[in-house]
Amino acid sequence: MWLKNNKISTMNPTILQTKNLSIGYTSKKEVATIAVDISISLNKGKLITLIGGNGIGKSTLLRTLTAIQKPISGSVFLNEKDIFTIENSELAQQQSLVLTDKLPSSNLTVWELIALGRQPYTNWIGTLTDEDISKITAAIQLTNIEHLIEKKHHEISDGQLQKVLIARALAQDTDLIILDEPTTHLDLFHKVSVFKLLQKLTHETGKCILFSTHDIDLAIQLSDEMIVMTKEQTLQDQPCNLIEKGVFDKLFEDENIIFDKEKGKFMVR
Amino acid sequence: MKKNPNNLLFIALLFGLVITFLLNISFGQVAIPIKEVAKSVFGIGEVKDTWNYIILNFRLPKAITAMLVGIGLSISGLLMQTLFRNPLAGPYVLGLSSGSSLGVAFVIMGAAILPPFLANLFLSSLGILLASISGSLLVLSLVFLVSKKLKDTMSILIVGLMFSSFTGAIVSVLTYFSTAEQLQKFTFWSMGNLSNLSWIQIVILSSTVLVGATLSLLSIKSLDAFLLGENYAKSLGINIKKQRNLIFMATGILAGSITAFVGPIAFVGLAVPHISKLVFQTSNHKVLFFATMLLGALIMLFCDTVSQLPGFDFTLPINAITSILGAPVVIWLLVRKRGIS
Repeated sequence: MWLKNNKISTMNPTILQTKNLSIGYTSKKEVATIAVDISISLNKGKLITLIGGNGIGKSTLLRTLTAIQKPISGSVFLNEKDIFTIENSELAQQQSLVLTDKLPSSNLTVWELIALGRQPYTNWIGTLTDEDISKITAAIQLTNIEHLIEKKHHEISDGQLQKVLIARALAQDTDLIILDEPTTHLDLFHKVSVFKLLQKLTHETGKCILFSTHDIDLAIQLSDEMIVMTKEQTLQDQPCNLIEKGVFDKLFEDENIIFDKEKGKFMVR
Repeated sequence: MKKNPNNLLFIALLFGLVITFLLNISFGQVAIPIKEVAKSVFGIGEVKDTWNYIILNFRLPKAITAMLVGIGLSISGLLMQTLFRNPLAGPYVLGLSSGSSLGVAFVIMGAAILPPFLANLFLSSLGILLASISGSLLVLSLVFLVSKKLKDTMSILIVGLMFSSFTGAIVSVLTYFSTAEQLQKFTFWSMGNLSNLSWIQIVILSSTVLVGATLSLLSIKSLDAFLLGENYAKSLGINIKKQRNLIFMATGILAGSITAFVGPIAFVGLAVPHISKLVFQTSNHKVLFFATMLLGALIMLFCDTVSQLPGFDFTLPINAITSILGAPVVIWLLVRKRGIS
């Protein structure tokens, strides 16, 4: 899988890059650092997964990369601009999100929900132009959810909603899509279908997609690159190289869980 | 997408509004035939002088006030329900009206402490208007601050109730120190009354409702984004702080100015947005904005018509009618449960 992409990797421009990034929380009393010295770069056309144990700081990293939370030190560059200096309205045209937030109850239909992705481009009252409509239609076709568009968003299953939210992010027409644990709460069938969808999208649209996940086996098989967060360090590389380096052995500090290099998956002793 | 059914509904509502408007003017202690009302209102043909007098000086101002009140309160309810992500939010339930009452109570009953020239200034329509708007904005910000800490729907409602009792308590302390005349003035105001507005006051109320509605119109796009929650709204490029302040201003001006002129009106702001959502089956604020305006005007006119049904010599308090209509809506919402909390 990653061999195929190596051909074009030389011409991949970087969309997002971090320099000496330290993340954590600053309160009045103290500075709680979660991870230091993070240097990652997200390139066009790549499917990149972010993995790490619970509480290691995946969400904090994503919040920092999406300008929701300020870093303790270092910087994040989106298309060569410091992300914290970019206007909110401009940022919305470069980066779209799929969050774990529960959607508030409303009568929004799936189509209307996806159409909201066009907000960064519409006029003061949100009128959709022909171009907006065609982007929405394209997003619906890419995610294969034509049969859902008339339904209300609370009438569809979790797996379907995840695809709808991905379609919304696609309609937002950004170089980078960041998703927070899009496969949590899904059964294996839907996990795989979301993974496959994200993989197809990166390769067909040339967008960069970064998402956090706990499905490490699937991530190893399907992602172009992985960002692995452990207590000591944050590493970014292709899955095969990470296996070679033995990074996964240190992922969980428990002697009952061991990583089988041959099979590329975790085993319980 | 589904443009046609919506357009039909809007036409039907508009038609219903005109009918209710004429009916409202025709009813009262002196019944005036609808045909004559239409002639007088639209200025076609000859109408009896006494009828013309009654319509122009009493019935028409009251009908217009009712529509302005319905429009303003309903829009402010719609804005609050989306902003607080709370189906039970509304200017009355969350205590905005109590905030206004507090402001007005201070002005009416506190004016005695001030030197006469200041007291006159305070007691003018403008003084009451400003006091009422500031009162409702104050409670709105307090409720918002608390709602940041408490994400739960029910807690926010309880907080609204607490603010109502709190302001109620301060008002009663104020009444303790006030004269009989001041007390009477305040009590009449607090019972809610759509009549007694002069044409000049109607012009002032129309302007504030127009300002509030325009501000709301400007926030339609961000309200749609707020349907996905604050984090998504931000990721869609919405300037959360700015838009929230805009919505606050609109709500405060609408609820505050209306309360200043007609007293606290219960439940309209809560019930009408829900009826609109039910009728139009949408969350699109562009549709809901106009739907709540039309339905708000229609329902308020209807309530006022009911309050003075022919055959009775007296007029029921408007608040009684709106509560009879509105309270069941709240209970129904709680029972239905889906989508709450």
